[in-house]
Amino acid sequence: MIGGLFIYNHKGEVLISRVYRDDIGRNAVDAFRVNVIHARQQVRSPVTNIARTSFFHIKRSNIWLAAVTKQNVNAAMVFEFLHKMTDVMAAYFGKVTEENIKNNFVLIYEILDEILDFGYPQNTDTGILKTFITQQGVKSQSKEETSQITSQVTGQIGWRREGIKYRRNELFLDVLESVNLLMSPQGQVLSAHVAGRIVMKSYLSGMPECKFGINDKVLMESKGGKSGQDDTRGGGYVKNTSGLYSKPSSSTKTSIAIDDCQFHQCVKLSKFETEHSISFIPPDGEFELMRYRTTKDISLPFRTIPLVREVGRQKMEVKVVVKSNFKPSLLAQKVEVRIPTPLNTSGVQVICMKGKAKYKASENAIVWKIKRMGGMKECQLSAEIELLNTNDKRKWTRPPISMNFEVPFAPSGFKVRYLKVFEPKLNYSDHDVIKWVRYIGRSGLYETRC
Amino acid sequence: MPTVKGDGMRGLAVFISDIRNCKSKEAEIKRINKELANIRSKFKGDKTLDGYQKKKYVCKLLFIFLLGHDIDFGHMEAVNLLSSNRYTEKQIGYLFISVLIGANNDLMKLVIQAIRNDLAGRNPIHITLALQCVANIGSREMAEGLSVDIPKLLVSGDTIDSVKQSAALTLLRLLRSSPDSIPMGEWMSRIIHLLNDQHMGVVTAAASLIENLVKKNPEEYKGCVSLAVSRLSRIVTSSYTDLQDYTYYFVPAPWLSVKLLRLLQNYPPPEDPAVKTRLSECLETILNKAQEPPKSKKVQHSNAKNAVLFEAINLIIHMDSDPNLLVRACNQLGQFLQHRETNLRYLALESMCLLATSEFSHEAVKKHQETVITALKTERDVSVRQRAVDLLYAMCDRTNAEEIVGEMLEYLESADYSIREEMVLKVAILAEKYAVDYTWYVDVILNLIRIAGDYVSEEVWYRVIQIVINRDDVQGYAAKTVFEALQAPACHENMVKVGGYILGEFGNLIAGDPRSGSAVQFQLLHSKYHLCSPATRGLLLSAYIKFINLFPEIKHIIQDVLRSDNNMRNADVELQQRSIEYLQLSSITTADVLATVLEEMPPFPERESSILAKLKKKKPSSVPEGSEQKETTASKIPAVQMSNNVDIAPPTSINLMSQADELVSFSEAPPPSVFTFDSGPAPSAGGQSITLQGFDVGESSTDDFVDQGSPQGGSASVDLLGLGSPTQPTAPSVGSGGLLDMFDTLTSHSSAPATNGIDLGGLSGGAEEAFRKFICKNNGVLFENDLLQIGVKSEYREDLGRLWVFYGNKTTFQLNAFLVDVSTPGNLSESLSIQQKPVGGEVEAGAQVKQQFNMACVQEFAEAPVMTIQFLYSGAQQKISLKLPVVLNKYITPAEMDANTFFTRWKALNSPSQECQQIIKATSPIDHEQVKAKLIGFSVSVLEKVDPNAENFVSAGILYTRNQQVGILLRLEPNKQAQMYRLTVRASRDKVAKILCDLMQTQL
Repeated sequence: MIGGLFIYNHKGEVLISRVYRDDIGRNAVDAFRVNVIHARQQVRSPVTNIARTSFFHIKRSNIWLAAVTKQNVNAAMVFEFLHKMTDVMAAYFGKVTEENIKNNFVLIYEILDEILDFGYPQNTDTGILKTFITQQGVKSQSKEETSQITSQVTGQIGWRREGIKYRRNELFLDVLESVNLLMSPQGQVLSAHVAGRIVMKSYLSGMPECKFGINDKVLMESKGGKSGQDDTRGGGYVKNTSGLYSKPSSSTKTSIAIDDCQFHQCVKLSKFETEHSISFIPPDGEFELMRYRTTKDISLPFRTIPLVREVGRQKMEVKVVVKSNFKPSLLAQKVEVRIPTPLNTSGVQVICMKGKAKYKASENAIVWKIKRMGGMKECQLSAEIELLNTNDKRKWTRPPISMNFEVPFAPSGFKVRYLKVFEPKLNYSDHDVIKWVRYIGRSGLYETRC
Repeated sequence: MPTVKGDGMRGLAVFISDIRNCKSKEAEIKRINKELANIRSKFKGDKTLDGYQKKKYVCKLLFIFLLGHDIDFGHMEAVNLLSSNRYTEKQIGYLFISVLIGANNDLMKLVIQAIRNDLAGRNPIHITLALQCVANIGSREMAEGLSVDIPKLLVSGDTIDSVKQSAALTLLRLLRSSPDSIPMGEWMSRIIHLLNDQHMGVVTAAASLIENLVKKNPEEYKGCVSLAVSRLSRIVTSSYTDLQDYTYYFVPAPWLSVKLLRLLQNYPPPEDPAVKTRLSECLETILNKAQEPPKSKKVQHSNAKNAVLFEAINLIIHMDSDPNLLVRACNQLGQFLQHRETNLRYLALESMCLLATSEFSHEAVKKHQETVITALKTERDVSVRQRAVDLLYAMCDRTNAEEIVGEMLEYLESADYSIREEMVLKVAILAEKYAVDYTWYVDVILNLIRIAGDYVSEEVWYRVIQIVINRDDVQGYAAKTVFEALQAPACHENMVKVGGYILGEFGNLIAGDPRSGSAVQFQLLHSKYHLCSPATRGLLLSAYIKFINLFPEIKHIIQDVLRSDNNMRNADVELQQRSIEYLQLSSITTADVLATVLEEMPPFPERESSILAKLKKKKPSSVPEGSEQKETTASKIPAVQMSNNVDIAPPTSINLMSQADELVSFSEAPPPSVFTFDSGPAPSAGGQSITLQGFDVGESSTDDFVDQGSPQGGSASVDLLGLGSPTQPTAPSVGSGGLLDMFDTLTSHSSAPATNGIDLGGLSGGAEEAFRKFICKNNGVLFENDLLQIGVKSEYREDLGRLWVFYGNKTTFQLNAFLVDVSTPGNLSESLSIQQKPVGGEVEAGAQVKQQFNMACVQEFAEAPVMTIQFLYSGAQQKISLKLPVVLNKYITPAEMDANTFFTRWKALNSPSQECQQIIKATSPIDHEQVKAKLIGFSVSVLEKVDPNAENFVSAGILYTRNQQVGILLRLEPNKQAQMYRLTVRASRDKVAKILCDLMQTQL
């Protein structure tokens, strides 16, 4: 169990310190500062063991969050909690910065009191927390409200309160994927995987029950017997969504193989296991419905072809070709190629046809930015790098060329097949709900060796 | 950073402030990367950087390096800066080089050239900068490159003083880092005259340099003694106003004085009477000055004054010749003993400790005994108290021993835990050394155990038992005292051990008194039994069985105790075994047998007090070796006797032998009981019998026989036997040799595999005998004594041979200065070329060191090389000379041939010089297989069906030497009736047959 939680600024000064258990002494704060933040060599491991005390830390920009314990806790749980904690803080006061933390000092302690109890993580759902931790200060609630909160927090559906009403029932689905790739100079894929998240924003009245359909191979096959029924029922839905915001479900790639996935607590796992259907009562507002990972049949949006030639000891020539590999109608954004340069670079001349390229000495790399790039296009950059003779005999290790981008489709091939809403008690049906679906593919670690 | 106004580097200042303002490490790295790229482009691009810019960028690089980043360029620019004529540029250049350019950099040659140019120049500032750089780097290459220039600067007439000063210190640095690369030249003789230099700074610097040189080669610089004395006297007699800059808080040149006094400590007292008087005067003046009232209240004044004074006292102690001075020094130190400055008290006690060892001042030191004792009791600082204990130990002699021991005992109760163990050892040693009355000694030790039982090490109580057993007159008193001591409701386990042992041996001496009757004694001991550790319980069980012998009337009580489940079925195997065996012993044997088995222990052999060894081990410096020796010879205490075999083993029973026959008789005439020897878990029969007989001291003895079985048994088992052999004649019973032998063989058999899995046929005797064994063998133990075991392993191919020698240290101490030398007698060196791999200087306790020899046979030889092994064992030089088992027949390769070829060749070798025939008397019964094995070991083939008589042997082989190959034919005809052999060897080269014949003869 978490014994204490500290927040430091980049200098190692303590901003927030909350100790939950007696086994954590005051010197733990200093121990972490001395051994991790001010360590001579950068500490890479997120878990540090100092004098039989474990420190779990994450870093958000210049802020260090450290959870400390003397016990043998589930490290994944602690990190999940720390991330949730930052999410909660971000939901309350925006970006987690030193300034913001100092300004919301009281609020953070209040949150900490609520989400950790004697070191055991409690409800970290922002929506719920906001009902009783308000930024305007604690307002005294009526007896009814208090009992309502109690029953809700302790009840079966702790993530949604009753009696929500909207004039317009609306929901938004965002499929966010990040593509990771490592490619050899010859264009052979060494490793590739997609980590995806489905974020849902729901503005629905009452206690609606939702059913969610995706093109996962396992789910589709198990539904084989009932598929006809599904199709007819889903047909209307598809028309509804497709007419508005997503392209019609193509028949080329019907299903994908999801390696593993995890759901928000509102999803009924028993139903998922027995009936292979995803059904849930959504929390109000924004939440992450699902996370998944795929490794097969990934359509890579870009391909980088590097060509490095060392001309003597004083000069080097680099040529990089970037090819976009998706439908011409789509448009990639924020494309950025980063080409590392040797440590003894003394001068760089760059020529590129499209976008802007610049040698950034402070990062030891040429950064090439292209604002927009259509599908099935090709761009080229060539650079001449001048080198300085050094007495260091080590050869340059040629770090990989990395890329950043954003594309409006899911590189894994993930599709939302349907999302149906049932609210038997209120007088709106599935057809009255306005549904929006959006696909965004981003680069994770997208690298090509050169 | 040199921020000279107007010359400040703005770019650098901006860069540094940028870095300081960085919010995070990442930002800092980005800024540095940017700056590095900038500098790279500057160094790369236009070559026309002016000195200022170069300096600035080099400075930035230096700063980046100091932040912890790698710098891999800019070295060339820094070296270029050296050729600049501006001070700041040169300075930055040198700074960069001394920080960044390592000793093995390619640029070092350039740097050294630049330094040489500067040294040769006329600008003293440039010379000083260069010297500074040399002193900072101080690499071997520099020492070699500049070994001429720097001494030249030092002794040349036209160098200015500050440069001379730097040169002296630089030279000192080079001498320290690479002493052998500075050639000794004529400057060496002139260097001591620097002590006469006008400039005090030069003298101070030179004094350090000269001391370093003197340490290496005192004879060469003998002249410096008189110079140093005259310089010293000039300083000492001068008033503090004379030396101006070199007067420190009214003390004239304290550093120089201290250095000169230290320099003089490298030499014996001067022989020249004039110099000697002058030096005495100096020292007296220093002592006088200490009496003068201080000229200043500042602490620096007294510090400087005392520094000189203490160094002077050190010199007085070192010379140890002038009683007057020694006594004065002692009195002076006596004053410091009550000084309120803790450091002074510490130093005074430390110096007094040294003074106490000098015969002149020993008495003077004793005057301060009271003060020291008070210091011990009232001092706040533990390190000072420690010194006080040391001093008390050093000043103790027969006259004041009783008082000092008493005081120390009294103090022990409140002493710090950290020094208790040492104090206990010291008290034990003093009590033993100066004991006139042994009852006093026994009292002291028992008190010691009572007061500080936890800190009484095994050695201390072993020792008291040894002494009590060896001295009849105290045995009764000891028994009475331990009996009384044991009556205390809570007593320390060590007390129980001593009590158990002494009552077990001498309980009968006090049994006459009804208050301490046999049953009372037993009840008293047994009341402690359940509180003790298994080791002590084992000892108590042995005491009980001794009681059965001493007091037959309580036999049944003891048997009941032994029979109880608590003992007979104890989880501890040792206890269980003891109970069972003792019970059987007491119930089966007759009283006579019992009396013999459980006889009183014979006296221990006299040897060095094991406590002293322990103290030495714990604190090598704290025992003044010389005085110890003196005292030892003077004292008439029999217990202290130096011996090579320092033995820390417990007083294991020597009774062993006396019980041997009993043992044998047990097993030969098996009684109708379940009494067996093989029931225990002890690793060997030998070990087990020890368990039974030994009235030994529990745990430690258990270790002993476990060790005996284990491969690295080394020290412990050897101890056990080493202890046995010298006392064999004193053992009361006859016929014990057999058992002893059995032990010997056991050890050697069990320890032999430890070396390299060689079989060891019988015991290793003299070197010659061992050597002979190796004629037909390649591996084995060549030599073995109490300290060292030498094993040999070898292999040969044609004319090449490889030999590994394993040196195993059997002691528990390190063997120092281990040196192996191989010499070749006569003209052997022409016949046998030997390459020897070096062996390290030390052999750790219990460790084994391997050495390889490569030996090529050039031509035939008859002698064997002689190996001399020298080492220091506990300070004593040991020397072992052995013949290396390299003999001619090793270079023979067996050859196969049929009868026809053999006889044709045999007949061909018919000249008398080619044949050698001998008739040999067989030393052992003739056995066909054995002889065959020997021949194969001799590395010749054994040819079957060549000789018509199957009993005869026919062999052939080829001897490979570097020069030629020699065919060997051999016939061996045994005569079983006469127990004789006829050996005939024919070889294609003269002399070879004779040599081989001689070698073979030794084997039959």
